[in-house]
Amino acid sequence: MDDLRDLYQEVILDHGKNPRNFRHPEDANRHAEGDNPLCGDRLTVYLKMGHNGLVEDVAFEGRGCAISMASASMMTEIVAGKTEQEARALFRRFHDFVTGREEIGEADNDDLEKLIVLAGVKQFPMRVKCATLAWHTMTAAMDGQDAVTTE
Amino acid sequence: MSAVLAELRTGNAPFDVERVRADFPILSRQVHGRPLVYLDSAASAQKPRQVIEAESRVYESEYANVHRGVHYLSQVATEKFEATRTRIAAFINAPDENEVVFTRGASEAINLVAFSYVAHFLKEGDEILISELEHHSNIVPWQLAAQRCGAVIRAIPICDDGQIDMAAYAELLGPRTRLVAITGQSNALGIVPPLERIIPMAHDAGARVLVDGCQAITHRPVDVQAMGCDFFVFSGHKIYGPTGVGALWGRAELLEAMPPWQGGGEMIARVGIEKSTYKGIPHRFEAGTPAIAQVIALKDALDYVDALGLDAIADHEAMLLDHALRRLSEMDGVTIVGTNPAKASIVSFLLDGIHPHDIGTIVDREGVAVRVGHHCAQPVMARYDIAATVRASFGLYNTLAEVDALIASLEKTREIFA
Ligand SMILES: Cc1ncc(COP(=O)(O)O)c(C=O)c1O
Repeated sequence: MDDLRDLYQEVILDHGKNPRNFRHPEDANRHAEGDNPLCGDRLTVYLKMGHNGLVEDVAFEGRGCAISMASASMMTEIVAGKTEQEARALFRRFHDFVTGREEIGEADNDDLEKLIVLAGVKQFPMRVKCATLAWHTMTAAMDGQDAVTTE
Repeated sequence: MSAVLAELRTGNAPFDVERVRADFPILSRQVHGRPLVYLDSAASAQKPRQVIEAESRVYESEYANVHRGVHYLSQVATEKFEATRTRIAAFINAPDENEVVFTRGASEAINLVAFSYVAHFLKEGDEILISELEHHSNIVPWQLAAQRCGAVIRAIPICDDGQIDMAAYAELLGPRTRLVAITGQSNALGIVPPLERIIPMAHDAGARVLVDGCQAITHRPVDVQAMGCDFFVFSGHKIYGPTGVGALWGRAELLEAMPPWQGGGEMIARVGIEKSTYKGIPHRFEAGTPAIAQVIALKDALDYVDALGLDAIADHEAMLLDHALRRLSEMDGVTIVGTNPAKASIVSFLLDGIHPHDIGTIVDREGVAVRVGHHCAQPVMARYDIAATVRASFGLYNTLAEVDALIASLEKTREIFA
């Protein structure tokens, strides 16, 4: 039960129910679709990349479980205004974190700290793909791919 | 033989689920510190001790390769192996055991028909009719075969209640329809299509019929002659048998006309460097060393099911399904997907505002194993415009208390999401 409360924290349930930046920006210049074949979930991440490599806007649409929706929602809040480089670096750290390779701690910046609420996923290896789907999809959009799956 | 089987064979003992459960060692284990509540038999059924012991008995005292040796053990193994073929033929009331081809499972059996029958005999523009209810295994092999021969695949739509749309079916059947490939029971929704009408209609239109019996065979007696289909497939692991083995039954005259689809040892009469001749049916379709111990132990699984009686099993599972449907309908915000009454042992549902994947994770912590996702039936999901459902499926060992445990775990899910 404690594991479950860790996984489904208030913040996550809130983002899951009321995802932020759940929209399709007219002026997006990149997008990619992400598929989680295991559960049939699918989401699209939209990016508006500025000339200077800045993520000017990031949003998403789609459906999925509370974990994938919350992770996508938080991602859009954190990545907006970052450079592409910074966004990719954040994903690398986040990925290492949920797969248990590396901790996030006091020394890290606020953005990473916000993602600590997703730490509960570590106890549920089957759900890591849910937590990383939006991030994989964002990276695919940056790479100019149209689609990515978590397989 | 266990006491329960002996008693059931001799008398009219009522279906004693507790004694049945005692035959399934895995059911006494715990998961996350809770008793296991296994409600995923539609994905794969657990095995009774009789099957587990049969498989190890083969390796301990009966094992050798089949159909190739003159030595004693090879003969024993071959006899046992062929005894399962005979047993399957009796189980599905096939007229001739040589019409039973061993495969790795239902998927491979369908692929066999796709390559040896469809790709070989169908021409450009011929039509294969499937339904929206099908498992991916009864969709993708036809697509692969259709690409080879230029055939076209059409799908019979389903109604809102999950049942086959018979009017649409009648319209889709036409002079170009060569094969109807239809499930005996939907693994995603539990719906049982009216094969007694579907098959004669196909035959009237001059089409052959393949029945995907994966789910159907575990829930009610199968009689391929009464049913009148042309091909029937199933997997051993869903009927309490080992993995890695299943079967294709086909009418002898069809099988005899079909070319081999895989080459290798076992299936040949004589091999030259340029050309070979093949054995007759069924061996022509069985290239290579098969899953010997698993095939042999499949007989024990069929014996087990037969001793309990498929009618008694069906009654027991119907009681579980009724109870589950009643309890679910008493909960707020539950939507049952596939409400047609022709339904067995499977319930697929949604909980308002909570994704099936989250439900699956939470109930698992209560020891309850359900399947969440698209159940390898994405066209069904597309039909309802959903990505996934929660599916509870019942087997002969499940109890009313386990249905209640499922409901309790769903209540808990609700609390967490409240
Ligand atoms: C209706 C149906 N058809 C086909 C299959 C495929 O069976 P297998 O994976 O054993 O080949 C399944 C199993 O999930 C099924 O439920």
